[in-house]
Amino acid sequence: MPANNSQFFDTDYQSRTSRILQSLHIDPVLLAGLLLLMAAGLGILYSASDGSMEIVQRQVVRLSIALLVMFFVAQIPQHQLYLWAPWFFALGIILLVLVLVVGDVGKGAQRWLNLYVVRFQPSEMMKLVTPLMLAWYLSEKHYPPKLSALLISLGLVVLPTLLIAKQPDLGTALLVAAAGFFVIFFGGLRWRILFGALFAMLAMIPVLWQFMHDYQKQRVLTLLDPESDPLGSGYHIIQSMIAIGSGGLYGKGWFNGTQSQLDFLPERTTDFIFAVFAEEFGLMGEIVLLSIYAFIIIRGLYIAARAKDSFGRLLAGSLSMTFFVYLFVNVGMVSGILPVVGVPLPLVSYGGTSMVTLMAGFGILMSISTNRRLIAK
Amino acid sequence: MPYRSHVSDHSYETGIFRFRAIVAALICLLLIGVLLTRLAWLQIVDHDHFADLSENNRIRLMELPPTRGLIYDRNGVILAENKPTFHLEVIPEQVEDMDATLKGLAELVTLTESDIKRFKEQLKVHRSFQRISLRTRLNEEEVAKLAVNHYRFPGVDVNARLTRFYPQGESTAHVIGYVGRINAKDLTVIDEGNYRGTNYIGKTGLEKYYEAELHGKVGQQKVEVNAQGRILRVIEKVPPVPGNDLVLNLDIELQHIAEEALGEFAGAVIAIEPHTGAVVVFVSKPGYDPNMFVHGISHKKYNELQHGIDKPLFNRALFGQYPPGSTFKPFIALAGIEKRRFGIRESILCRGHYLLPGDETKRKYRDWKKTGHGMVDFTKSIEQSCDVYFYELAYRMGIDQMHDFLAQFGFGERTGIDLLGERRGLVPSTEWKKRIHGKIWYPGETLIAGIGQGYMLTTPLQLAEATATLAGRGERVVPRLLREVHMAEDGSIKTREPSKTQIELRRERHWDAVFHAMEKVVHGTWGTARATGWGMKFKMAGKTGTAQVFGIAQDEEYDAETIARKLRDHGLFIGFGPVEDPVLAVAVVAENGEHGSAMAPIAKKLIQRYMEKYTPEKLKSKRKKHARK
Repeated sequence: MPANNSQFFDTDYQSRTSRILQSLHIDPVLLAGLLLLMAAGLGILYSASDGSMEIVQRQVVRLSIALLVMFFVAQIPQHQLYLWAPWFFALGIILLVLVLVVGDVGKGAQRWLNLYVVRFQPSEMMKLVTPLMLAWYLSEKHYPPKLSALLISLGLVVLPTLLIAKQPDLGTALLVAAAGFFVIFFGGLRWRILFGALFAMLAMIPVLWQFMHDYQKQRVLTLLDPESDPLGSGYHIIQSMIAIGSGGLYGKGWFNGTQSQLDFLPERTTDFIFAVFAEEFGLMGEIVLLSIYAFIIIRGLYIAARAKDSFGRLLAGSLSMTFFVYLFVNVGMVSGILPVVGVPLPLVSYGGTSMVTLMAGFGILMSISTNRRLIAK
Repeated sequence: MPYRSHVSDHSYETGIFRFRAIVAALICLLLIGVLLTRLAWLQIVDHDHFADLSENNRIRLMELPPTRGLIYDRNGVILAENKPTFHLEVIPEQVEDMDATLKGLAELVTLTESDIKRFKEQLKVHRSFQRISLRTRLNEEEVAKLAVNHYRFPGVDVNARLTRFYPQGESTAHVIGYVGRINAKDLTVIDEGNYRGTNYIGKTGLEKYYEAELHGKVGQQKVEVNAQGRILRVIEKVPPVPGNDLVLNLDIELQHIAEEALGEFAGAVIAIEPHTGAVVVFVSKPGYDPNMFVHGISHKKYNELQHGIDKPLFNRALFGQYPPGSTFKPFIALAGIEKRRFGIRESILCRGHYLLPGDETKRKYRDWKKTGHGMVDFTKSIEQSCDVYFYELAYRMGIDQMHDFLAQFGFGERTGIDLLGERRGLVPSTEWKKRIHGKIWYPGETLIAGIGQGYMLTTPLQLAEATATLAGRGERVVPRLLREVHMAEDGSIKTREPSKTQIELRRERHWDAVFHAMEKVVHGTWGTARATGWGMKFKMAGKTGTAQVFGIAQDEEYDAETIARKLRDHGLFIGFGPVEDPVLAVAVVAENGEHGSAMAPIAKKLIQRYMEKYTPEKLKSKRKKHARK
């Protein structure tokens, strides 16, 4: 794939502005996409929160902090990340074990580590550290990785995933596993092994079922037949589907969504915010919103493709695809084709933890994107 | 290739990665396509379905039940009204833990098992976000306790609702009746659409008879609600039309006088205006508190009322069928002269008993006065209630002629009063006996019928209606409790012309003869109710009667003192006054009252009070007449 296949994505064009951004380790195209998404997200949140300026302001503060984090992370040179990777990973695993032993319980799961200053969620950190570790490990291996390398990689993914799933936090475990998997995928996993593993996973489903908590089983059952418990666990899905379906092609208009404005839609500022958007802006709005997401993901993959070395490629590719998994799981859940797992709509849902992680991830992406040039010079 | 250079290895890796990145991008786009397909399916293909569901969530049709019409007596005294009472209501959707909530509430207010049972039954069938009543009629203390603890029970509310209240309680129970919760049986007869939102329906009495007037028309509003069921705004509203108010002919003051005068006796007092048919007094004793029924009476309490020795739920005025006894005599005597079986001045000798001509058993038909009344004519037969005269009269007339004449006064058929379930009473005939009993009529039975015993049965209401017809000189008017309807919609007043028929006699003076004889009952020297007539301010016509509760064997002494109170004779009295121009006709039946004469004062008090209130000029002219004399 030639590097300059697209004029649009070409950052070789050197202007004064782009040189400044370059020195600040900022990818202007990716930043533009992110800012556009954040702006749209704030608009949706304003309506979903029933016009609460307070909630919007808090979200603006969070977004600003997240942007600062992104900017800060972007300044970390890629080789530094490479050096830190195993240490971060070791620290993350220790913290996850600590959480299981002494963590705080919230909403029926043990996820938080109380550091007395802030409450800290180590599982959130693993979303970045796991792909970092795998990229560190696989970038040293020859293409295509040998079976032994694959098995070790698998272990590096499974270990944090199981620790997080034990908390239990299925949504995060899924995202961590996905992040790790994409590194292996970009690392040259043979197609036949990939498909073999997929079939093996399908076969594993009944075994997995045995290990699931009752409420997780309930969520899956609810997905299959929401009407079986319309006022209980099916309520979220039914109301969400009503909101989306009644939105129609063009939507009911900003602030006019009856499902969301009259409280029928639960969790409407957080996990189900996409249903609010769908109700008020319809299919047309969704096409626009999903296009912004697609733009960001493809830009991420483009950065990955142009990365100077294997470590940067694998890490950038994995982070971009993890962002997509967020989107797919959330929209799939809200529209009733995936079970309800607590995955927010990235950068739009109200709430801080995942947003900071996501933007730190984009910071790494930006570091990788500018790293290529620095080395080239 | 055994060995790969570092550079070619690097470009090989880059190539693989770029290919995979493109594959990944395509997979992303494909899966976004899957999401969009799913969304399009929901939003275009199933749009109408979900749009409906969304509207159903948001829009709720609420019935606005009408306020029930009020009931007043003829002077505007309220007999049935709607009073706000506090109810404990629950919106199940807003309750997190129903069992805990019920338990917590039971600590604050009294919740009986039947309250909870009824609540749980309704819980199964209720519409979403509909309020279910858990307790009715909270007292002030309970309301205060709930107000303080309200925050502990989401979804629980105390609401004021209008509830039917009968301020006169027992006094009007048998006239007004009561409303109760609509049950499955009621649902089969009402227009359910008009009763959406209404919980109560007339069960007995006027509440039932005039249900259509009293109920009104249900209104409706379309409201927008949020997920908590709170009404945000009214989109459309059709206000309900309240029920019409009823003004009765009843005079509650006279009603109380009658009740009090009847004393401890079970029985009935009815007073009807001749010519108009207006029912001024309608008493059936004992009564019961109709307010108990409004909120659902307990089984225990109901059984007590139903099977109590005096049967308070039994409407004696309407359903009670009593042998009329001697109160029938004025009607039968009138039949005798009217049908030319007796001359007005014709006398017969009363020896204290009567022998049926041709009866070989020589059975003695006894007079109440063992020594006999001597020579008895038309007037004296009524004044002294001579049985022998009526045995002879009955013998001469035969049962069928008697039956036909009495039927003209409405005996043996429903009066047509505006209450449901009225009994017919019974005036026998040969045809009737053959049809019902399949037996022939014996002449002896005719004699017994002649003194109002035997098969003869009448309701107190029939007796009053016949007395009013007599007082109105044959003008028979269907008795009515309802005077007028005040229409809620435009405030207009609706009345109905009384429906009348006229009994024609051969001679108009036959009426005078009966009036005169009945006046003698009260005012004559030997009148059976002469004790009452002493010192009266007006002239009252009347007739006493005694109805045997059981028959007595030949030559056996009847001793009221030694048998249980319940086996004593019933005392009856009919009367009207003033004789010159009757304004009120009264019938009194006192169960186990023994003497009809003891009931005469009741009629006197009622007529006197009626005249003082409504026709004082007749009392004055009477006094002047006395003064002139």
